Amino acid sequence: MAQSSTGSGPGAAGHAVSRRGLLRAAGIGAGALAVPGLAAACSSDSGSGGTTKGGGSSSKITFGSNYSDPAPKQAFASLISAAKAKTGVTTKINTTDHNTFQNNITSYLQGTPDDLATWFAGYRMQYFANQGLLDPLDDVWDKIGDNFPDVAKNLSKGVDGHYYLVPIYNYPWVVHYNKSTFASKGYEVPKDWDAFIALCKQMKKDKIVPLAFADKDLWPALGMFDILNMRINGYDYHMKLMQNKAAYTDKEVTKVFDQWRELMPYLQSGANGRIWQDAAKTLEAKKAGMMFQGTNQVAAQYVTDKKDIKDLDFFAYPAINPSFGQDYMDAPADGFMMPKKAKNTAGAKKVLEYIGTKEAEIAYLKYDQWDVGLAKDLVAPTYNDIQKKSAQMIAQQKAVAQFGDRDTDPAMATALEQAIQKFIGEPTAGMISTIQQSLAKQAKSIFNG
Amino acid sequence: MASTVNDASPAVAQAPKRRRRRLGRLTKKEILVVLGMLAVPVVVDLAFVWGPALASVVLSFFRWSGVGGLHPRACRPSGGLIQDNGCFTGVDNYHRAATNYPPFWPAVEHNVLWLLVFIVIATPLGMLFAVVIDRGIKGSRVYQSVLFLPVMLSLALIGIIWEFVYSPNYGLINTVIGHNQDNNLIDWLGNPHLNLWAVLVAATWRQAGYVMVLYLAGLKAADPALREAAQVDGANAWQTFWRVIFPTLRPINIVIIVVTVIESLRAFDLVYIINKGSNGLELLSVLVTNNIVGETSQVGFGSALGVVLLVISLIPISIFLYQNFKRKEGR
Amino acid sequence: MTADGALARGGVVRQQAGRRFPIGRILSYVLMIGATVLWLVPILFALYVSLRPYAETSKLGYVSLPHKLTFSNYVNAWQESDMFHFFLNSVLITLPAVIITLFLASLVAFVLTRVNIKINVALLILFTAGNLLPQQVIITPLYRLYLLIPLPHFLADSGLMYNSIAGLVAINVAFQLGFCVFVLSNFMRTIPDEMYEASIVDGASLWTRYWKLTLPLVRPALAALATLLTTWIYNDFFWAITLIETGSRRPVTSALANLQGQFVSNQNLIAAAAMIVAIPTLVVYMLLQRQFISGLTLGSTKG
Repeated sequence: MAQSSTGSGPGAAGHAVSRRGLLRAAGIGAGALAVPGLAAACSSDSGSGGTTKGGGSSSKITFGSNYSDPAPKQAFASLISAAKAKTGVTTKINTTDHNTFQNNITSYLQGTPDDLATWFAGYRMQYFANQGLLDPLDDVWDKIGDNFPDVAKNLSKGVDGHYYLVPIYNYPWVVHYNKSTFASKGYEVPKDWDAFIALCKQMKKDKIVPLAFADKDLWPALGMFDILNMRINGYDYHMKLMQNKAAYTDKEVTKVFDQWRELMPYLQSGANGRIWQDAAKTLEAKKAGMMFQGTNQVAAQYVTDKKDIKDLDFFAYPAINPSFGQDYMDAPADGFMMPKKAKNTAGAKKVLEYIGTKEAEIAYLKYDQWDVGLAKDLVAPTYNDIQKKSAQMIAQQKAVAQFGDRDTDPAMATALEQAIQKFIGEPTAGMISTIQQSLAKQAKSIFNG
Repeated sequence: MASTVNDASPAVAQAPKRRRRRLGRLTKKEILVVLGMLAVPVVVDLAFVWGPALASVVLSFFRWSGVGGLHPRACRPSGGLIQDNGCFTGVDNYHRAATNYPPFWPAVEHNVLWLLVFIVIATPLGMLFAVVIDRGIKGSRVYQSVLFLPVMLSLALIGIIWEFVYSPNYGLINTVIGHNQDNNLIDWLGNPHLNLWAVLVAATWRQAGYVMVLYLAGLKAADPALREAAQVDGANAWQTFWRVIFPTLRPINIVIIVVTVIESLRAFDLVYIINKGSNGLELLSVLVTNNIVGETSQVGFGSALGVVLLVISLIPISIFLYQNFKRKEGR
Repeated sequence: MTADGALARGGVVRQQAGRRFPIGRILSYVLMIGATVLWLVPILFALYVSLRPYAETSKLGYVSLPHKLTFSNYVNAWQESDMFHFFLNSVLITLPAVIITLFLASLVAFVLTRVNIKINVALLILFTAGNLLPQQVIITPLYRLYLLIPLPHFLADSGLMYNSIAGLVAINVAFQLGFCVFVLSNFMRTIPDEMYEASIVDGASLWTRYWKLTLPLVRPALAALATLLTTWIYNDFFWAITLIETGSRRPVTSALANLQGQFVSNQNLIAAAAMIVAIPTLVVYMLLQRQFISGLTLGSTKG
């Protein structure tokens, strides 16, 4: 799954489409917005049993959604009502909370799934495509292909080269900070590791926690592993490791943990017992200087907490190995797939063809202040500074990874997450070698049987 | 208090009871009635509990993601990311659990510890509550209701409650004792030497109320005539309980013992909601869950862990029940 | 003395016990009051947080004096999650499941304890041991089974056990049956044989002995079990999410999960929602409490 992007990412070329046109397109979406999500949740008739087989222009589809948070839910409803206005296809949304949806996906796809469903890019999608649980979307992509840069196209393909996903947004994993803190203390954005460590030291001296940090939910610290691995060993090695083509006993992995050890004194202590929301709160309260996490979480938390999102800024993780500079990052993408068991495939594809357009992404992003669309040259009129910067930064990457738990087998991701918790609890050289041995051994049985 | 004295059953106090009277031969009609009474529950239990359970035993010898069917052939090595699926692996899953699955042995250890804490603290505490309440002290209804509250709350609420209590920077305990700063905080749920105990406090909080209600129902069903007979003889409350009431409650005590064992082996939700049972909170049933229910599941491996759990709980309980029945029949 | 005040109502027997051991009494009060406070603190604390605006606690922390107490979290939780709709689903699942489970379990328990058939022990072990199985162990085969069993459309518009309320009721019954059989059979065993002997002499049929004699006698146990079952089935999330595919058909626990959110979660709001969700179980408890607390005993009901 080569994701070698050439840099023509979203938002790279700026304002190709006139703003007025964009606004009008968004207006259509807003006009028809009659909280369809809620209406769908109330009607209790069959979710998938009663849909029509054919695909007439006035057909109906059901859409399995994991957008259960209020804001994404609203954004998704906006997207769907815009799709209805454009395609005439009526969509019934079947919302399941995010975690449940994810845990249940195997049985969901094999049971009586909806015609379309929300999902993620990367190996997470390819796995199900491989099992024959998804329908290829090549004909949809024939129509929408021109709307997307190559990165987005590659994200949407299975290992067999067919398309299985239509993406909607992505977001970068970066180091967040408060502009006001940096201004009042005279801190500068560090470009490389030495500057980064020096800044951390200074913050500690200033009685500020250098990096807010939490890993009770197991996945957040995986982002730290990813970025260190990509900074030190490069994207290609990282993907090799994720795909079981490199071993966890490699000295490259040792280097990652050694580097992490150096940073350990500057990470907020007690991370294994803290939920990331609480870590974000220490950043909000300016008790912490920085926090490395996805904008999808930190910026969203600022909005939820009604904190000043204008004060929030971020920078790309500092360079460590000069040969890779700041070329890579995790930028997970979310999108939509069509289950093999979908009933109204014609209607579903029609909706996907609409979703794969710039105006659809704009309709979605009206209610989303932290993600960025993937369509070529997209600058949504509602973008705030965080989103503008995110789009630019992602576009500049030589390649983006999805995330530790999206790029590899989930069992392996879990093993790695648990090993990282052990490391956080006891960051010693001895622990690192124990972890590496154990991970390599587990990889063997997870991947080979 | 409705513990009406009733003179009609004075003889019961003369323990041990007489040999259980066989109810004689059943007539044809009675046999039909008995069959009718048993048919539905037995079929339901076999079809929806035992059938799938036995299927899981079979699955534990396969490598299977839950997608597609099973094939009666040995697994082939894969090399890459995508693995052979639905193939027979023999006892590999068991072997892997014992030798190459780091959370396995900690989980066994924690399950044992959980059981010990329940046996030594949670269950006796619940029984004590029940006995004290049963004696009818003032406000017993209030105590009973409050102590039973945790049993009634949903997992979501329990998770939030203890997050509020244990949260390192914002939580109740650390704030009250002044350990909520980054240089001195106590990491209740993140420190692997501490978190199991922290969770056991929460588990006891729930288990005691549960045991209390079961036991209370047992005490209420116990014949008040017994107590009166004993107390008239001049026994004090303590003696009354241990010498007279406790022995007659033997069936209820068995319920309590079995419930304690089951609850400790099945313990799952508290640790799952905290951190999916990692980093010092490993428990067998959580490992089963993590492997079976999930995005891309390892149903075969998870089933093997489930079988291990099943066997270690089934054996002692079956022996216990069997012995218990034999003794009863033999009296 | 407070102890004496309490004793006055305690009847002759308790008075004797109390007068002789005031220290025991005092210890009892210390224990119960202490435990009650300890048990309540976490819950009251969560209640307190749920009454405070999120913006305030995220700034000041949970342990802080309130600037403002408000029910707005409750109002928002109720509206945002469409809770009433999900409550109805929960009632449709819980009520039949609890009644059917108790009925079936009491039948089995009665046969196990009062009819001498050869396979008694085997049956008891079958049911009790079935109760040891964690839900996760049986879910995968069960799910496949549910996709295979057709149901008539008046029972399930999915036409299958899968994704139907009837299917959900069935698995809840099956799964709780073992425990109830086990508990009820042990309670029935405490009933003195003499009572049955008398009724047999009177010529009571098997069914009469079950329905008229046994069931009233185990009412405390039935009430306690009904409380527990209601709690478990009502709070169940696992079966609901694995066997029901349509979100709008799921019980109220899934409405809670919907609020929990993917990334950003407003703990105060969720606490409020969870408090609302707890109310029905509290009501059921209050209603049934009398059944097993007011001392419905063998002596008083016989005859």
